[in-house]
Amino acid sequence: MNLESHLRARREAGARLLVPYVTGGLGHDWTDVVRAVVDAGADAVEIGIPFSDPVMDGPTIQAASQRALDAGATPTSILADARTLDVGIPLAVMTYCNLVFHAGCVRFAEALRDAGIAGAILPDLPLGEIGEWADAADAADVETVMLAAPNTTDERLAAICARSRGFVYGVSLMGITGERASLADSATRIASRAKAATDLPVLLGVGISTPEQAAEASTVADGVVVGSALIARLLEGGGPAGAHELIASFRAALDASD
Amino acid sequence: MTDLNVPARGRPVVLGAPGPEPTVRGRFEDFGGQFVPETLIPALEELEREFRAAWASDEFRAEFADLLTSYAGRPTPITECHNLSERLGVRVILKREDLTHTGSHKINNVLGQALLTKRMGKQRVIAETGAGQHGVATATACALFGLDCTVFMGAVDVERQALNVWRMQLLGAEVVPVQSGSRTLKDAVNDALRDWVATVESTHYCIGSVVGPHPYPWIVREFQRVVGDEARAQCLAALGADPDVVVACVGGGSNAIGTFTGFVDGPARLIGVEAGGLGIESGRHGASVARGVPGILHGARSLFLQDEAGQILEAHSISAGLDYPGVGPEHAALAAIGRAEYVSATDDVALEGFRLLSVCEGIVPALEPAHAIGWLARAVGDEVPLGSTVLVTLSGRGDKDAAQVAEILRQRDA
Ligand SMILES: Cc1ncc(COP(=O)(O)O)c(C=O)c1O
Repeated sequence: MNLESHLRARREAGARLLVPYVTGGLGHDWTDVVRAVVDAGADAVEIGIPFSDPVMDGPTIQAASQRALDAGATPTSILADARTLDVGIPLAVMTYCNLVFHAGCVRFAEALRDAGIAGAILPDLPLGEIGEWADAADAADVETVMLAAPNTTDERLAAICARSRGFVYGVSLMGITGERASLADSATRIASRAKAATDLPVLLGVGISTPEQAAEASTVADGVVVGSALIARLLEGGGPAGAHELIASFRAALDASD
Repeated sequence: MTDLNVPARGRPVVLGAPGPEPTVRGRFEDFGGQFVPETLIPALEELEREFRAAWASDEFRAEFADLLTSYAGRPTPITECHNLSERLGVRVILKREDLTHTGSHKINNVLGQALLTKRMGKQRVIAETGAGQHGVATATACALFGLDCTVFMGAVDVERQALNVWRMQLLGAEVVPVQSGSRTLKDAVNDALRDWVATVESTHYCIGSVVGPHPYPWIVREFQRVVGDEARAQCLAALGADPDVVVACVGGGSNAIGTFTGFVDGPARLIGVEAGGLGIESGRHGASVARGVPGILHGARSLFLQDEAGQILEAHSISAGLDYPGVGPEHAALAAIGRAEYVSATDDVALEGFRLLSVCEGIVPALEPAHAIGWLARAVGDEVPLGSTVLVTLSGRGDKDAAQVAEILRQRDA
């Protein structure tokens, strides 16, 4: 299933887009968590493939990654699990580029395709280094989502939007993942700049912690990615039911915001 | 800086001409690059721009050379080790980075980066540290220049390098114990990068070795090449020729690349000594060239210790400064083209080197260069032919390690 066409269709139907992030291999029931967030109204799901040294992640996702790794999660095991997910919406993986280059770009891209994964988000693979991966991903029909930061120049933003597939990931603040008390001022600014530069869906992520913040972000952006807030719930033992409840509350806030 | 500080000893430092830039996108052969979050790209571009301009400017180079002379105590001498030479059957010459202010080569790089920080108009500096030498050097330069300083240090290293923690605090730096991952140098770099992603507009990340994203491996090499450039001129004056063999320990690889750069276009064999830890076969070591595979960590493609899936493994070394599961990209390139050789010395061999240099020459080395000394002592007659002339970079002095080594030796003797 194509990430971009699905998200465009949802946007055209008037929806604010909601993409929860779930760490692959976090708990034996992590695929049930994915099913739960889909049931609660997700438009796509981001599946984290944990890496030992996640420099874009704060303590919450670091802890989840470590827990999954300690339980034996590998890219292979997570993709094997993901393959069993038939959830009717597109899935994307979020991981760090060492795991991709270690496997080999072509092998990794083909493994994603074979597992039914539509997209890939690699936060440490900027535009200047994208070539080898982008060729492999394009050939395997894997959509590479590019990130744009608050301090990205206009010139780079245009290039990022042109190279991005699926959607454009606007990093809402200067910083790493983790919950924040309020939506950063930089969030709506980068969203509106990205919206002006592309017709692709633009989602804001990093630090979107509450349904209220999600609704506020979506006044400009087409939607949000919700990571640490969900992972914190899972680390507390919330399980699929807790995930469902939390994501349903985000869905309700987004649906009410028009 | 100030004309009152006329150097009391030695001649002023004369910097060599700038070395070659890495090729497109910061590559040394296939290694290097800029694998970082988008947020850091503008800062790396600014840093590259500023460094290129600074390094081409006579004024900047004069200011740097003056600091190296009047503040850091350069040039450092070379010392011929008569007793050790007699004992080993090779002519051993040390490049004495242990005699610099703060006691290791780290000060060279830090003074250069502090000047760059000023030039970029930033007020806050962050750094990672393993042994604490780079942290101390950074805290020192920040005190000198009136910059705010935060040093990330693995919680394990905070324990084993207590003296340096205290020195950093005395110098006004904040020391943040890092609790993530293996709680050593690799994790300190991770947390420094995480801080930088949030503070990049006002903060300079002063990386301590020839690692990290482009332009760091290039900048740090250029600031450290004074070690090798001086040593080569000194060897030429003393020996009339290059030494046969040039040896340096390799953590991230800054003292080694600084040394090698001075000799790379000559005939000398270049040998980097990595941490062999409990033995290469034990799997608990820091020998990233010997046992690492190509990968991407801390912003660069280089050689890293990894498992089959590509997760980075913990390194192990008796010395906090070599306890890193990777190596700078230029070393990976020198190994790939066969211009430098990489060997390893175990914890025990390093302790032998530590004792040997102390007893023979009255020079207590840091545990990091003790790996180079210990390796050499065992390699003579084998990898290093009898009668060779060998230059070893003594990258730092052993005061910081005295308590740790005393404790280890006490336990062994008990
Ligand atoms: C004295 C000394 N030598 C060597 C090193 C290793 O660093 P590098 O390989 O960058 O020279 C350190 C690092 O802390 C050190 O303190």
